[in-house]
Amino acid sequence: MTTSSPGMVHVKTTINGQAHELLVPPYMSLLDTLRELIGLTGTKEGCLDGNCGACTVSVDGRIVDSCLVLGAEVDGKDVDTVEGMASADGLHPLQQAFLEEAALQCGICTPGFLVAAKGLLDNEPSPSEGRIRHWLAGNLCRCTGYDKIIRAVQKASS
Amino acid sequence: MVATYDTKTDYKVVGKSPIRHDGLDKVTGRAVYGGDVKVPGLIWGDVIRSPHAHARIKSIDTSAAESMDGVFAVLTHADFPVADEREISAGEDVVNLKRDQANVMADDKVHYTGHVVAAVAAIDRNTAQEAANKIKVEYDVLTNVSDVDTAMAEDAPIILESLVGDHLGEDVPNTNIAKVFRHEFGDLEQAFDRSDLVIERTFSLSMIHQGYIEPHNATAVWAEDGNITVWSSTQGSFGVRAQTAGMIGVPESRVKVNYVEIGGGFGGKTKVYLAPIAALLSRKSGGRPVKLVMERTAVFEATGPAPGGKIRMKIGVTKEGKVTAADTDLIFESGGYPGSAVGAAAICVFACYNWPASRITGYDVLVNKPKSAAYRAPGSPQASFAIESVVDEICEEMGFDRIQFRLDNAAREGTRRGDGVQFPRVGLEECLIATRDSDHWNSPLGDAPAGKARGRGIATAYWMNGGGKSTCDLMLQDDGTVMMNEGSADIGGTRASIAMQAAEVLGIPAEDVHPSIPDTDSIGFTGVTGGSRTTYATGLAAYNAAHKLVDELKDRLANLWETEVDKIDFADGMFSSDGQTIGIQELAGRLDPTGGPVTSTASVNPSSAGAAYGVHICDLEVDLATGKTDVIRYTAVQDVGKAVHPQYAEGQIQGGAVQGIGWALNEEYFLTDDGAMANKSFLDYRMPTSLDMPMIDTIMVEVPNPLHPYGVRGVGEVPICPPLSAVVQAIHGATGKRYYDLPVKPGRILEATNGN
Repeated sequence: MTTSSPGMVHVKTTINGQAHELLVPPYMSLLDTLRELIGLTGTKEGCLDGNCGACTVSVDGRIVDSCLVLGAEVDGKDVDTVEGMASADGLHPLQQAFLEEAALQCGICTPGFLVAAKGLLDNEPSPSEGRIRHWLAGNLCRCTGYDKIIRAVQKASS
Repeated sequence: MVATYDTKTDYKVVGKSPIRHDGLDKVTGRAVYGGDVKVPGLIWGDVIRSPHAHARIKSIDTSAAESMDGVFAVLTHADFPVADEREISAGEDVVNLKRDQANVMADDKVHYTGHVVAAVAAIDRNTAQEAANKIKVEYDVLTNVSDVDTAMAEDAPIILESLVGDHLGEDVPNTNIAKVFRHEFGDLEQAFDRSDLVIERTFSLSMIHQGYIEPHNATAVWAEDGNITVWSSTQGSFGVRAQTAGMIGVPESRVKVNYVEIGGGFGGKTKVYLAPIAALLSRKSGGRPVKLVMERTAVFEATGPAPGGKIRMKIGVTKEGKVTAADTDLIFESGGYPGSAVGAAAICVFACYNWPASRITGYDVLVNKPKSAAYRAPGSPQASFAIESVVDEICEEMGFDRIQFRLDNAAREGTRRGDGVQFPRVGLEECLIATRDSDHWNSPLGDAPAGKARGRGIATAYWMNGGGKSTCDLMLQDDGTVMMNEGSADIGGTRASIAMQAAEVLGIPAEDVHPSIPDTDSIGFTGVTGGSRTTYATGLAAYNAAHKLVDELKDRLANLWETEVDKIDFADGMFSSDGQTIGIQELAGRLDPTGGPVTSTASVNPSSAGAAYGVHICDLEVDLATGKTDVIRYTAVQDVGKAVHPQYAEGQIQGGAVQGIGWALNEEYFLTDDGAMANKSFLDYRMPTSLDMPMIDTIMVEVPNPLHPYGVRGVGEVPICPPLSAVVQAIHGATGKRYYDLPVKPGRILEATNGN
């Protein structure tokens, strides 16, 4: 790291159910911690200022923009990313619905939308269209016009 | 020669919506985009950008950056070889190597705020950023040319001193007007004279951004043997190869561009910004792989925009409802270097109507803003906004039905476009009839709640679509599945739409064709994904390659069956001859004694494509106290020729429509007096969110394109064009006021209505 940077921060965290022990530079975002230190590049960089939602992950069940959280902040916390959604039983219903409803075009926003939508459905299994649109308003998609994303979340709900 | 086809109707694969082949990787986070590229020994690059819109560079002091620990290389324009003025095609844009090289890294002048001035390579991203900030640049700040009026004034500061303008064929030095051109036919004056109503209006538009969510990125290795490997998010790997090689002064054959997934482009990822910098930094760093990822603020400040500008529009009609004449001046901002979409705008502007006389004059004008790039149907949305706004005003003034007027004057087969080209079979009338018969058009607008007002707008638009070079290879496997290589960047499901066309020919399921997009060393030349050409042209290559595969299999089978090739029939995946039959899958496992593996390849270069028309209906509600607009119902009608994968064809239409709605309502480059972009974040630029939009209904009309065996027309571009006017005419319906300047943001509505 840079010569001027202060010492590393010792972080013990759980990522997608797996324990990790890391030395994280104090300035490093959770996004870069995941992408550069752990190698989980499913979480995407879109803007680095918390406005596009491409880097959405879950920290202790709460949806955050990982570009606005420091890696050092997840010490003792559970982090869940898109890579943790599928299981040995297969895809998460949201992942399957996104495929079936053609809810992705370029796909760069998709991991963020999936993690955000999971955060909604985990707590509210049958949200209305308006509720889904409100919940996902922090995730930008420029390809789809949102129609098929909303339909996919509706399909995966209930 | 143009091949035409009798359109097939009994499809087995085309017209279904299988799950896209690359979908699984994209919902699990496994797909590798440009930013995800990892190469052993990777170091990071960063750049510094001009804080001034127009300035001469007096000096660049890189010493502090160079002496920093962890810094491997510092780069300025002096490190670039001298590029020639050669122009190369970059899909929807033309690239002038010398000027685009100066756009990638400024030479003696900066032409816009955010223009790259120098770059560094360092051990990690933070060190690179720190080092870049230590580079000291002295500027001589010049007067900023902020709009086309200023740029075209007699005493305007000259942005590009070497430019010799082409003004209707005349060479003109010392100008910011790079080009003036004209298309005209008929007796314009006489046609206006016999009109019962002539309306002339002037429109203004701001620059806007494509808004792809993935920032530009590039990774490059300049190896010791002079071979260069690049990974970069792009709509076309071969375009990156040609531009990078041209700017760094090596033969194209020395550059290999690996395919990576692309996180949106919309035309804005056809030009290169970072790959030449990454390559030169790698060479100066002793062959280390160098990666750059652009910051979002820089994406706004220094890439993309679609041109803003001014449009003067004059139209005449008779009281019987026939158009007489049309005259327009299209004055487009090219940005800091020449080359806006005004040429395409001129092709599209009058293409929805059958004019007895028309004149189109285009101006390509430099301003101190980022060099404009293609954005989805480049030039057509701006043109559609102007013409459709005047048509709407004429219909209101004369009491014409808005659809009947368009039907009475619709361009059809044989009509001449404003630039003289005669239309083949096109589907505008079919779209207008589908619109007239739609549930949306026949449903009442409904009453607005207190304090709000509703309106309904309608608009049409045209896009010519593209053809061009594409390649597809097929490799039959022993189990009867087929591996496919094709060269088109997959931005929204084209692996599927291309594979499906091969599957249709072969009579096998779409899932049994496995598409890959290889590097530029491993597939024949294929142009950019853009122009709306990929499903059409690369699909045509896949169709041809599949037929070649069938022909080869017939040869092999003739050997096995001891018969003549022309006595073997092939249909729906089955070969037959004299009562014998064998399926393609079974035959695939029996090829060894006939000469081994069967492969095929096909390259195409269709010069023309089938044009696309769209008609959109917009219902919206305006809050009269705040000026806020909510779209409440939206229907997009479009001639798609043949929807190969209906879900993804519909997705293109929905996505394009929402981009157009954003353009109409609130997207703009908001510049300070110094020419800096004040809203260079997603928060402040404010693209539509899920909360802003209703569902987008579509009606896909299928008027087969005679140039494609399945009737395919490009789908992706035209849907961004009609919304600008459809939305604005709906606001007119709600407020009773006319709007000539985009975007029609709340402030403009309140200004027009005085809060009434």
